[in-house]
Amino acid sequence: MPTTASQGSAGRNRRSPRHLVAFTFIAPALIGITIFLIYPLIAAVYFSFTRFDMFNPPVWVGLDFWEYVLFDDPTVRIAAKNTLVFVLLMVPARTIGALLTAMLLNAMKRSRSIYRTLYYLPALAPPVTATIAFVLLLKPGTGPVNTLLATLGVEGPGWFNDPDWAKASLTLLALWSVGDLMIIFVAALLDVPQALYEAASLDGAGRWARFRYVTLPTISPVLLFATITGVIGTLNYFTQAAVAGSVASGQVTSGSGIAGTFGYPENSTLTYPMRLYSIGFGNNLFGAANVMAVILFVVSMTATIILLRRFKAFSGGDS
Amino acid sequence: MQRLLNRRTTLVAGLAAALALATACTPAEAPKPIATPGVEPTGAVELWHFFTDREAKAVDETLAKFKAKYPKVTLTVKGGQDDAKVTTAIGAGTGPDVAISYSTDIVGKFCAAGAWVDLNPYLQRDGVDLNAIAAVARSYTEFRGKRCAMPFLADAYGFYFNKAMFAEAGLTEAPKTLAELSEMAKKLTKRSADGTIERAGFLPLFGFYENSPSHFAPMVGAKWLNDDGTSAIGTDPAWKELLTWQKELVDWYGYDKLEKFRASLGDEWSADNAFHKGKIAMAVDGEWRMAFLKDQAPGVEFGVAPLPVNKAERAGAGYITGNVIGVSRTARNPEAAWALIKFLTTETDTIVDLSNGIRNVPTTTAALTSPRLSADPLFKVFLDIFANPNSGTTPPSGIGPGYQETFSEFLQGWQSGTKKDLAAGLADVDVRVDKMIKLAG
Repeated sequence: MPTTASQGSAGRNRRSPRHLVAFTFIAPALIGITIFLIYPLIAAVYFSFTRFDMFNPPVWVGLDFWEYVLFDDPTVRIAAKNTLVFVLLMVPARTIGALLTAMLLNAMKRSRSIYRTLYYLPALAPPVTATIAFVLLLKPGTGPVNTLLATLGVEGPGWFNDPDWAKASLTLLALWSVGDLMIIFVAALLDVPQALYEAASLDGAGRWARFRYVTLPTISPVLLFATITGVIGTLNYFTQAAVAGSVASGQVTSGSGIAGTFGYPENSTLTYPMRLYSIGFGNNLFGAANVMAVILFVVSMTATIILLRRFKAFSGGDS
Repeated sequence: MQRLLNRRTTLVAGLAAALALATACTPAEAPKPIATPGVEPTGAVELWHFFTDREAKAVDETLAKFKAKYPKVTLTVKGGQDDAKVTTAIGAGTGPDVAISYSTDIVGKFCAAGAWVDLNPYLQRDGVDLNAIAAVARSYTEFRGKRCAMPFLADAYGFYFNKAMFAEAGLTEAPKTLAELSEMAKKLTKRSADGTIERAGFLPLFGFYENSPSHFAPMVGAKWLNDDGTSAIGTDPAWKELLTWQKELVDWYGYDKLEKFRASLGDEWSADNAFHKGKIAMAVDGEWRMAFLKDQAPGVEFGVAPLPVNKAERAGAGYITGNVIGVSRTARNPEAAWALIKFLTTETDTIVDLSNGIRNVPTTTAALTSPRLSADPLFKVFLDIFANPNSGTTPPSGIGPGYQETFSEFLQGWQSGTKKDLAAGLADVDVRVDKMIKLAG
């Protein structure tokens, strides 16, 4: 044992120059992370305890803004609840939708690349343009979808104009542009070794058993990636909800003016980041906005850790 | 153990450094001293504004005259900017010398925080008579005694009606009272056999196009804030009167039917605007709608009038707002910046040129009465609304439009029928607004 300790000490000495080289290589990334992640995070925590207007030195106010965000502003609660619903709706919908589409495409014998391109195309459209187009497609009264439903004798719903349908409509929009995730699943499915399927078949595994015990564990790292990025992305959901509310309300606008239509109809599409934006830039309560940002970070981090642990258990530690 | 201690020390030191940076990296620049009277402005000055297309061209033509008048000033202009960009840029110390905002909502924030400098020293030095500016425009450009902005043209909101539909229904003039408005709205409405609205005489939903509580408030003279800056929404009976009238009309149509009808209408800013398309017979809108109608629906015969009101003595009222202009606290050349603002907001010929070009309302008495002002009979209606003492505006506040947004949230529930207790709802709005105002400081 003394020998090991001695070797360890000598080893560290010998490795020091190598450590320096390694550190030099990662220094640019470390500097970037420090400036653009760690510093803003610590600053956000600090600003959450201050009255801060972006123009003057912050004034310490203790827990005032924490109390306001957590207990006094009912709109924050509405926005948080909406965002939670979006996470529960959109993440599974997008993940399952992308996986099923990818499986369908991989199972196709002919014209696979044409369909792959077609399914991927909506993901290439800029979010604002795609949202405007989608809202107009579903516009009650004049949109082609409800017009088609009417010819079939079905009265279409109010889609983005109906508070009971607005979240489902945004989920449909998210599903429509699922191509980005689909293409990753296509690649992951192609990577599943055929030998495993053959072995499973020889053991008498049916279609479902092959999917459950071969496909799913093999692509679990991609599933994990899709779920974590999906959860984080949906917790930060802003653009599509803001644009959809603006277009559906009949007041397409941009810049700060768009905040006037946030949440239409009846706050059903108001998300947490939208409230964060309006409370900061609209109402000048940047302390409250920082409280919301800190909470969002903690929730995102916690969700990521929980998901990592769950997937690790699911895939037997491979993830 | 030693390594653990070292790591902890490093972590604590890092956190302390970041915290120190967080507290240090906030702008706090002292205002620059103003020059003595008569000093000619020189040097570079940068202006940000939000105008685009036709309106930006009109601004550029006026700015060319500024350049000719002040040849020693180099002017850089950036159009298409919005308030969030201006706020961030000033906060970061990279803001423009001068900025024009389309919303009076920023005045409270910018004045209170000092993002725009107090113009009083410049106004006093140059002997500018503020009484030459209409009182309403003066009111929305200052906050707590600090004049950090000047009015850069104004918007007046009035009442639009479709003349052909009026003639068809045997109506000859616009409604003068809220009761008349309800009566005419019902008369002009067309429904299909199943009760679906095919044409609305007046669409009374808040949130539809320009139907905001701020634009409706002058109908009853409703007050937003008390003199001490707290919310007056719950205590001013005028709001109850307005909302009771509005809900009665909504209920006559049926909220669900109105929402369904609203969902079928085109976008406000497009050629498919419901008033352009004859889907609604009457609407509350700004003076700019005339330019849109002329451009996008020249076949529509329309008339304009002041807003219908609750009492005869409030006749002639409308909602007034406007663009505002100010000098950033980080301005590199505040003297030239002030010279630009003075040129744009106090010189009669400049204001008239801008009004004729952009088709907004001029804000000084001299410009309003200038023979050079293009004021056809329809535009004259809005000039009269602007000058009417019953007209109202939204007061600057430290929380920007926060008090209006909080109220609008309640109104969504009120008009849909999910919130039925008006008094309790308005009192809750007061509590929420007052809390925000207190936090904003």
